[in-house]
Amino acid sequence: MNKPLRRIAIFCGLLILALLIRDNWIQYVQADSLKDDPKNRRVSIARYATPRGDIIVDGNPITGSTKTSGDDFNDFEYKRTYKDGAMWAPVTGYASQAFGATQLENIEDGILTGNDDRLFFRRTLDMITGKKKEGGNVVTTLNAAAQKAAYDGLLKRGKGAVAAIDPETGAILALASTPSYDPSTFAGNSTKVDGAAWEKLQKKNNPDDPMLNRALREIYPPGSTFKVVTAAAALEHGLYPDPDAKTDSPDPWTMPDTTTELPNDGNIPCKDATLRNALRFSCNTVFGKVGSDLGKDKMLETAEKFGFNKEQFIPIRASASNFPTEMDKPQTALSSIGQFETATTPLQMAMVASAVANDGTLMKPYMVDKRQAPNLDVIEQTDPAKMSEPLSEENAQILQSMMETVVKEGTGTRAQINEDGVTVGGKTGTAQHGENNSKNPYAWFISYAKLDDGSSPVAVAVVVEDSNADRNEISGGGLAAPIARDVMKAVIDSKK
Amino acid sequence: MSSSSNPSTHHTSTIGSIGTPSRRNTELALLVFAVVIPVFAYANVGLAINDSVPPGLLSYGLGLGLLAGVGHLVVRKFAPYADPLLLPVATLLNGLGLVLIWRLDQSKRLQALDNFVQAAPRQLLYTALGIALFVVVLVFLKDHRVLQRYTYISMVGALVLLLLPLVPGLGKNVFGARIWIQIPGLGSIQPGEFAKIVLAVFFAGYLMVKRDALALASRRVIGLYLPRGRDLGPIIVVWAISILILVFETDLGTSLLFFGMFVIMLYVATERTSWIVFGLLMSAAGAVGVATFEPHVQQRVQAWLDPMREYTLSQEGVAGHTEQSMQALWAFGSGGTLGTGLGQGNSDLIKFAANSDFILATFGEELGLAGVMAILLLYGLIVERGVRTSLAARDPFGKLLAVGLSGAFALQVFVVAGGVMGLIPLTGMTMPFLAYGGSSVLANWALIGILIRISDTARRPAPAPAPNPDAEMTQVVRP
Repeated sequence: MNKPLRRIAIFCGLLILALLIRDNWIQYVQADSLKDDPKNRRVSIARYATPRGDIIVDGNPITGSTKTSGDDFNDFEYKRTYKDGAMWAPVTGYASQAFGATQLENIEDGILTGNDDRLFFRRTLDMITGKKKEGGNVVTTLNAAAQKAAYDGLLKRGKGAVAAIDPETGAILALASTPSYDPSTFAGNSTKVDGAAWEKLQKKNNPDDPMLNRALREIYPPGSTFKVVTAAAALEHGLYPDPDAKTDSPDPWTMPDTTTELPNDGNIPCKDATLRNALRFSCNTVFGKVGSDLGKDKMLETAEKFGFNKEQFIPIRASASNFPTEMDKPQTALSSIGQFETATTPLQMAMVASAVANDGTLMKPYMVDKRQAPNLDVIEQTDPAKMSEPLSEENAQILQSMMETVVKEGTGTRAQINEDGVTVGGKTGTAQHGENNSKNPYAWFISYAKLDDGSSPVAVAVVVEDSNADRNEISGGGLAAPIARDVMKAVIDSKK
Repeated sequence: MSSSSNPSTHHTSTIGSIGTPSRRNTELALLVFAVVIPVFAYANVGLAINDSVPPGLLSYGLGLGLLAGVGHLVVRKFAPYADPLLLPVATLLNGLGLVLIWRLDQSKRLQALDNFVQAAPRQLLYTALGIALFVVVLVFLKDHRVLQRYTYISMVGALVLLLLPLVPGLGKNVFGARIWIQIPGLGSIQPGEFAKIVLAVFFAGYLMVKRDALALASRRVIGLYLPRGRDLGPIIVVWAISILILVFETDLGTSLLFFGMFVIMLYVATERTSWIVFGLLMSAAGAVGVATFEPHVQQRVQAWLDPMREYTLSQEGVAGHTEQSMQALWAFGSGGTLGTGLGQGNSDLIKFAANSDFILATFGEELGLAGVMAILLLYGLIVERGVRTSLAARDPFGKLLAVGLSGAFALQVFVVAGGVMGLIPLTGMTMPFLAYGGSSVLANWALIGILIRISDTARRPAPAPAPNPDAEMTQVVRP
């Protein structure tokens, strides 16, 4: 009987060996991914074990931390608080004991909790000296006045979003989205209070989807604002180098390979209009034909230089805006006037405006200026970085003069800032959506402001989805331009 | 039957008993470690949680020391040649289990649960009862071969124990598995733990008698010795019972344990590899067959394949799903290589059964990979000493019983630890000695008692032959 016994001994040894190997697999190979799994409650326990560091705007914290109270057992010691939570939600995201963290609260979690590797030395020192662990701060580039102007303007209009950028650095100045939510309402861990507030904000219970960050994560058809990109392509590829020369544009214009005529909105002088006038009156025929003449490859090249078809990380992820890569001629024409499958985030259109304002150079957008240690030492400073050069300085200045015409005497007059030394350039847009345009269109406005010293402090994109407004009244110039003007004015005033 | 590796058979029996070392002092020295290590662990937990040495430290140390001491003295008196490793390893595991159960008692998170009870005092009581049972086994079971007489009584007893949880009013359904019985005033008992031992006795007695018939009467087909049709009877009966357990008690672990134990013993008794092939085929067929129509088993398999989905479902409040598997994996992962240190982990997030079925996860988080590997090797040591005892045993019944018990022990460790670590689907059994639970502690101490009894008999020097009048004149030479 001993031969089988020895085999059984080996078999039992193999059972134990299998357990040892499995143990090494989960406790060594997979240990880090299990440990840092956001659903692993230990991550949140560590997150709330000490007061969290703050997110700072213009030198003032817009967040805070309080001791968790309540009778129930709670393994989280501290709770997040927010000042003007709803206004800043698209910037901060939320940090909730029950529901995890998103956006800055999530991406900068290491700094805010003090667990970041770069704080390791300090943490060890604190441990030796017996000090409690503290979180560092995240200093943002945002401008409180601009954010307030954007948020208040949007509130009056219902649904919409604003993104504002400093064209010279790429620093984000405002990032607003309405309807919004106050992250402090569900920062805690109570099913009754926080759970109920959370449920109410979910899309299935609230069709307005207040937790959607429209400035970064919603892509809208851009409508006529996209004509700025098409104009840039026309200049850059040498189709019409002179903005004041006549273009070859019949009106009405039948799209190539079709019998469909591309209509203009209203009775506007578009036949053979100059590029400047075509932008001023927002001629579909002219820009549709420009796109079709350039062809999809050249249009795509320019659009992608402006940042289309790529996610942006600022460091919050912004959805990729879409310019179709596969299309025929009529589709190219439609795409070039911001229809067909062209769709963009408000951030993307602000980037377009900022590239034009910054003489053709697109700076990489960013919203975290500094990351600070608990004692306010700077552990990382973001340096502005060039992202691309969608158009030459010369062509950028031509396009600036065209966009300034739009504001001076075109569709964008409501964005004028009547102050000495301030010039504003912009473009309106009214984007159709829904089948057969059955839904109310989106009102768009993109613009930038320039000061007389040649500097350009702000570029902004505004989109308003106003479901209550009368269809005919919706136009970028009427609904969105005033918000853009207020945001730009707030930035200029705060610079003084 | 001769075992070449058994030192006692190397002597020619005429020389009689040259004293084989009894190794009792080795056992005593090891026992000191087995008591001191848990005492230090206990102090460590207290310092980590309350910043002070726990007030019960002295009484815990003395209590564990006393129990170990009693065990040792009884072994010294009644089983002097027994294996010196079994008692210390079991004591160490039992002591560490107690410490971790106490540590989980301190958890605020568990205290907030509705059905929270202080488990450590009870477990200490069970341990005392377990060692008492161990003493009873050694004192009253002078020779394990006595058990052979109870072969068929054991069969009936085992069947009764296995079927008890199915009796209406007595059986209790805990998280889908009917492996408990509720006795008013006494608490709940897991009869399967005891059935394991009783069945091993039955299998050993039965196979000892039938092994020749099972082994020799066979036909050779493609290199395999196929048993005769009528000899297939017993294995089919055991298989059927395992399947019935699986279906009616919905417990994969118990079913696997009994069938696996039977196949191991059958293989050892007959030396026929074909039985292993048959066993594997039948268990595969049974498992697949049951899994196709038993939703509870299906769900366990689903939960094993995708613990994250199971976790998500449980968080959404879907009935019948549990977050335990995923929580256990997170506990292991968060422990990493060296662990968080005793008392500093969050393995109590497992909540239900954190101190019983899932106690290994607490070891994983707080003692890390190093600690769990040490624990697994300790189990391995018990198993291999058991198989070693079987090798050394001189009677077939003892051999079969020892290998059956060790094999069952190994399978149980594999099934539980493998389930908790996500290697195989989760089943409702407990880690021997570590986990909270009276049935488990008592049954496993009895199991160790029987192994010690067999090993004492096996290692005992062969008795001197009766005085032979011719001895002076004739030299007897035996191989």
